Amino acid sequence: MWADILFWVFAAAVIVLALAVITFKNPVNSAMALVADLFFVAALFVLVDAHFLAVIQILLYAGAVMVLFLFVIMLINQGPDELGRARRTFAKAVALILLFPLALVVLRVVENVSKGGGFLKVPSDYGTIEAVGRLVFGQYLLPFEVASVLLLAAIIGAVAIAKRRLW
Amino acid sequence: MISYDHYLVLALALFFIGVTGVVLRRNALIILMSIELMLNAVNLAVLAAARNMGDMYGHGLALFIMTVAAAEAAVGLALVLAMFRHRRTVNVDEFRNLKG
Repeated sequence: MWADILFWVFAAAVIVLALAVITFKNPVNSAMALVADLFFVAALFVLVDAHFLAVIQILLYAGAVMVLFLFVIMLINQGPDELGRARRTFAKAVALILLFPLALVVLRVVENVSKGGGFLKVPSDYGTIEAVGRLVFGQYLLPFEVASVLLLAAIIGAVAIAKRRLW
Repeated sequence: MISYDHYLVLALALFFIGVTGVVLRRNALIILMSIELMLNAVNLAVLAAARNMGDMYGHGLALFIMTVAAAEAAVGLALVLAMFRHRRTVNVDEFRNLKG
């Protein structure tokens, strides 16, 4: 019962904060809303028994990625005139109208949500760090190593792109 | 009772908000944040699906999605910095030439 109430609370917070992210004019406000949003998504991860990934979500996203975002926002330091520019109300209205069919799809799916059900029981070690570790270092060992190569490529790529002059 | 469908609808709504942000906003930083919202929606759907099936393969997938998202954020922000250094703005409407 408690899990159901918590789901609605977290879901409402996630939606409201996501809307805040895309409506704030100042990127700093958007970034703070996104941090809060990621925390509530992590709470939802806990509700689906993904405990380890919830912790990783907070450490990696709310910790590392969002600090990077804020760092870049501060570095760029847009003034109020820069932020106030480029209204383009007409283009935005057209975009909203074009997005409307997609919203209808969302509503259509909401209509067909099954009542009741709930999840089946899972073993007590579901979603723990041990179980995820066994999965990642066992069956997913090759993808894990590929991911490390991807991260290395991303580090080198980010430095090469952002640096003023390489040689 | 909260079921799998509720999580899928929530993930769909979150993804939709992310798409709206990418389409409507012209600030490159907010577009990147909207992409992060979409990736989070996908993660939520994957983890709910894993819970629904009662196995843990989705957790591995979600972990790799997070890895890719972190790499994407790093490279994307580097691109934003390069764009800003070039034109003194991050408004994506200003970037309409293929030629530098």
